[in-house]
Amino acid sequence: MSETGPAIVVSGLRVIRGDRLVLRDVDCTIEAGLVTGLLGPSGCGKTTLMRAVVGVQRVAGGAIHIFAVPAGTPELRRRVGYMTQAPSVYGDLTVVENLRYFARVMDRRDRVRDVIELVGLGEYEHSLVRDLSGGERSRASLAVALLGEPDLLVLDEPTVGLDPLLRRELWATFHRLADAGTTLLVSTHVMDEAERCDRLLLMREGNMLAEGTPAELRARTAAPTLEAAFVALTEPR
Amino acid sequence: MTVRVTRATARRVLEQLRRDRRSLALIVIVPPALLALLRFILDAERPAFQRVAVPLVGMFPLIIMFLITSITMLRERTSGTLERLMSLPLAKLDLIAGYAVAFAFVAAVQTCVTSAVAFGLLGVTVHGSAALVVALAVTNALLGVALGLFLSAFATSEFQAVQFMPAVLLPQILLSGLFVPHDRMPHALRIVADALPLPYAFDALARVATGDEGTRLHLDVAVVLGTILVAVALGATTLRRRTP
Ligand SMILES: Nc1ncnc2c1ncn2[C@@H]1O[C@H](COP(=O)(O)OP(=O)(O)OP(=O)(O)O)[C@@H](O)[C@H]1O
Ligand SMILES: [Mg+2]
Repeated sequence: MSETGPAIVVSGLRVIRGDRLVLRDVDCTIEAGLVTGLLGPSGCGKTTLMRAVVGVQRVAGGAIHIFAVPAGTPELRRRVGYMTQAPSVYGDLTVVENLRYFARVMDRRDRVRDVIELVGLGEYEHSLVRDLSGGERSRASLAVALLGEPDLLVLDEPTVGLDPLLRRELWATFHRLADAGTTLLVSTHVMDEAERCDRLLLMREGNMLAEGTPAELRARTAAPTLEAAFVALTEPR
Repeated sequence: MTVRVTRATARRVLEQLRRDRRSLALIVIVPPALLALLRFILDAERPAFQRVAVPLVGMFPLIIMFLITSITMLRERTSGTLERLMSLPLAKLDLIAGYAVAFAFVAAVQTCVTSAVAFGLLGVTVHGSAALVVALAVTNALLGVALGLFLSAFATSEFQAVQFMPAVLLPQILLSGLFVPHDRMPHALRIVADALPLPYAFDALARVATGDEGTRLHLDVAVVLGTILVAVALGATTLRRRTP
């Protein structure tokens, strides 16, 4: 689908979790139809930002608009797919049973076969999720996020625990989805994945440090690699 | 609310339960076994056994569905599946209704087995309608689901959730007149019992057992149904779309 304007606009976002100010005045814009990578040291607030975008995080201030509608609006629940950092599927059901349940909830039963193929779990579709390996379980969780063919996919470290071959396949899938018009926001700690993003958002300690293409971020720090740029930008001065 | 989502949820909950053969066996076997034990303990006191047998048949589902609901809801919260569901086009009442339908079904099976043993083998007599005992037991199961759903929000671990049974349900069952009939308890305790829901559920069953199906039975049932509605409403408010 063709969207005019950015997919996500975050302005002045503040989030308090427990008694910590976890996001302090975050501003950013995420273009539609691109794969945007969300990077930053562990604990900097990536998951919190994604939860806020999906509309499941209580926020203390600021605004988030998804396709020009405030985040968390009921109509967005059909348009946004979310994969949580820890796999959120039922361990005591098989892969297919999990997918059938979520597909029934979304009224998209036609998609079950497709998403199993997309994440390459065909061989394990009748295995109980609790008996799967870590990587297989996270792919089951990813499959659920893909069920509704959402316009925006928010994926929190979707490739953790996957081998390089699978990672490459999934990133190819992400780009195919983006080419078809889906907007993707993907968090990662892996630099070669960051390299595959169209744009990057770099966070540190609850602040948005930098935005740009991988090449722009490298150029800004005059660093030879993205990893060096990441270190230069996020190292506490 | 949509029937599709409610039905999907009920089906999913039953699928999960079906995988847990041992729990299913316990759900069906423990109540009649306990009842049989009580029958032999009170062998010399048959009237005392008669007095509590029917109420117990109808209270087991409440206790067991309370425990199962608290734990499954807690798992739903801690496993992230609740967060996922809350980000989907699913009404909170669909989720609650799905649970209620699934567990009411299990409670109906459980009560039929317990009743068959009680009335067929243990010589328990009902002067009212035996079908009404089953209906009240299923209603009590829904009360257990509603209370479990609500109280699970206050537990941060399965261990805590399990403790709510002795903390919240057991005192109410004792106050219902399990050991000493309600009207022989100290006045102050009777006032407390009148302010709690479970004694009404117990009383309804006792009345059906003795064939006293008058207006007081209607009041009992009304209190139980009212409590279910209130607990479901409170439980729904604990299912937050946005969490800290
Ligand atoms: N439920 C919570 N209550 C209190 N503080 C929390 C809670 N969840 C997260 N935090 C804190 O919020 C901060 C940001 O957490 P968040 O999960 O967003 O980090 P992250 O960037 O996703 O980290 P990682 O890369 O390790 O996944 C952390 O310091 C964390 O300790
Ligand atoms: Mg995270």
